[in-house]
Parts: sequence; structure tokens; C-alpha cells
Amino acid sequence: MSESVVLRTIGGMLFPYILVYAFYVQMHGEIGPGGGFQAGVLVASAFILHAFLFGKAATDRLLPRWLVDLTMCLGVLLYIGVGIVGLVQGSYFLDYSVLDPAHPAHAEALGITLVEAGVGLTVASVILTMVRKVNGELE
Amino acid sequence: MSDPVLLINVLLLVLAIVAAIAAMWTRNLLGAVMLMGIYSLLLAVEWANLFAMDVSYTEAAVGAGAATILLLTALTRTGSREKEGPKLHWSALITATVTGVVLLYGTSDLPRFGDPQAPATIHVSPQYVTQNVGKVDATETDRLEGDFGDHVPNAVTAVLASYRGYDTLFETAVIFTAGICVILLLRPAAGQARRREDA
Repeated sequence: MSESVVLRTIGGMLFPYILVYAFYVQMHGEIGPGGGFQAGVLVASAFILHAFLFGKAATDRLLPRWLVDLTMCLGVLLYIGVGIVGLVQGSYFLDYSVLDPAHPAHAEALGITLVEAGVGLTVASVILTMVRKVNGELE
Repeated sequence: MSDPVLLINVLLLVLAIVAAIAAMWTRNLLGAVMLMGIYSLLLAVEWANLFAMDVSYTEAAVGAGAATILLLTALTRTGSREKEGPKLHWSALITATVTGVVLLYGTSDLPRFGDPQAPATIHVSPQYVTQNVGKVDATETDRLEGDFGDHVPNAVTAVLASYRGYDTLFETAVIFTAGICVILLLRPAAGQARRREDA
């Protein structure tokens, strides 16, 4: 936990902007540079910054650990789930076009967006968990 | 050397090498971590200079950001001075030098940098770059609808999530496994947890 008023004020102001930027990188990944991996790390770094500035307890209140553990699993399950939809619809695993057979190209863009969201969730949760665990006694 | 892009490339790479050597040389571990962060950031700029924007993003976010933070937090649990010992490990130096020479020898077979006739630029890349969306050609009606729903213009994402969907799935699984391992390895011991509950 940082004692400096300057750091805490500026960091507190930056925190939402980092999250918005991460969301942009996540959703814009198929159009510009970026994607799930990068957005995940950005989300994690926002919360790590929060933990450094306001202490472990404040971050735990903002983002409980059970939720991070849950999103870690949900990300992988979302990715696999998109793949299984292909199997259930009688095509091959991870065939995105079954999501909207009338518009396979739309469906593929949708599938990529969903899959990237899964990657983002898992990466953000894992990086945050790693730093939280290694840094167990951070205050 | 009149080409400014080449000049910047050389400058960045020289700085990166200096940062890497300094990180190895210093006994101050905090300084070494910071130098590795600088090294990653220089490489990120270098990737951006080579128009590899996705790699640059990842290098800046993971190499300069997450890895530095992880090493810094690890440092809070150890000392910040490296323990005294021989500065030079001859076996390591020889291994690194031989590997470097072999890699340099390998690059002599690669096509010239930016060669428009290189196999990488004439084989499958044109298809990735010109098509609208991953593996599926956008139909005419999709195109007419006009929104970017039928586009994945970033070829890197299309390759990553569509052509190599399995690769990316297993990469995600690897990261997930790493997270699970960290949780398992660094969980408080049973007695410790009980003591915390009491407190």
C-alpha cells in the first residue's frame, strides 16, 4: 500500500482508463492490433496497480478471489464451449460457421470474438492470481 | 546507413544488447529487473518499427509489464543483492556463444530482410491479407450489409483464432494450467490457513 498521496490520486484516476483501454484492445483485436492475450494482461495490470496503491484488502473487496478463480475457468470453458457448439451442430470442433449458418463470415467473426473473450478472461485471471500468490504478504 | 529506419533498428538493438549485458552484470537484483524491463520495452519498440504490432503489444504488456511486476514481487520475498560468486561462468558463456553462432549461421539461409520474393510473402500471406475473414469467404450479401461484422481485417487475429484455433486453445489451456499450478504450489499450508482463520 502506497503512502504517497500523489501516487494514490494519479493511480486511482488512471485505473478506470486502463480498464477501458483493455476493453478496447479486447474488442478491437480482430480489427487492429491486440486481442485476448494483450487485453488480459492489461486488465491484470490495472488490478495489480490497484493492489499496490490501495492495499490487498481493497482489491479483494473490489474483485474477490473466488471470482478470479471462477473467471479463470470460465475463459477456457468459453473457448471449449464455442468448439463444442461446432461438434453438436454436426460439424468439426471449433467450426465457427455453425454459429450462424446463413452468414458464415459473420459467424466466424462472432466465434473469433467469443474465443478471444475466453482467452482474455483466462489470461487476466491467471496473471492476477500469479502476482497475488507470489506477493501474498503485499500491503 | 542513410536509411533512417535501418538506423533506428541498429540503435534500438544496440541499446537492447547493452541493457541485456548490464542486467547480467549488475549484482543489484532490483536494477537487473529494471534493466530487463527496459530490454523488453526496447524490443517492443523494435517490433513496432518492424510493423509487427501484435508482437510489440505482447512484448510491452507481458515482457515489460507483467514479467517485471512478477519479478519485483518475487524480489520482495528475497534479498535484493545477488550472492557473491564467480562473475563469469565459462561453460555458460561457451554454450551461449556456440548457440549464437549456430543461429547466426542459420540466418545466412534466410531471404534478405523485406525481400518481396521471399516464400513467406508470396506463398500464403497474400491470401491472408486479401480475404475478408478468417477461413470463410464473406458472401456478397454479407459484404453488402457493410458493418465490420463480416471482417476480421487483422490477419494476425484471423490466423491465431481461425486457422490455428487449436493452437490458441491449447495455449490458453497451458496458461490455465500455469495458474492452477501457482494456486496449488503457493497455497497456505493447512496449519497456516487455520491460524489465519483464528486471527
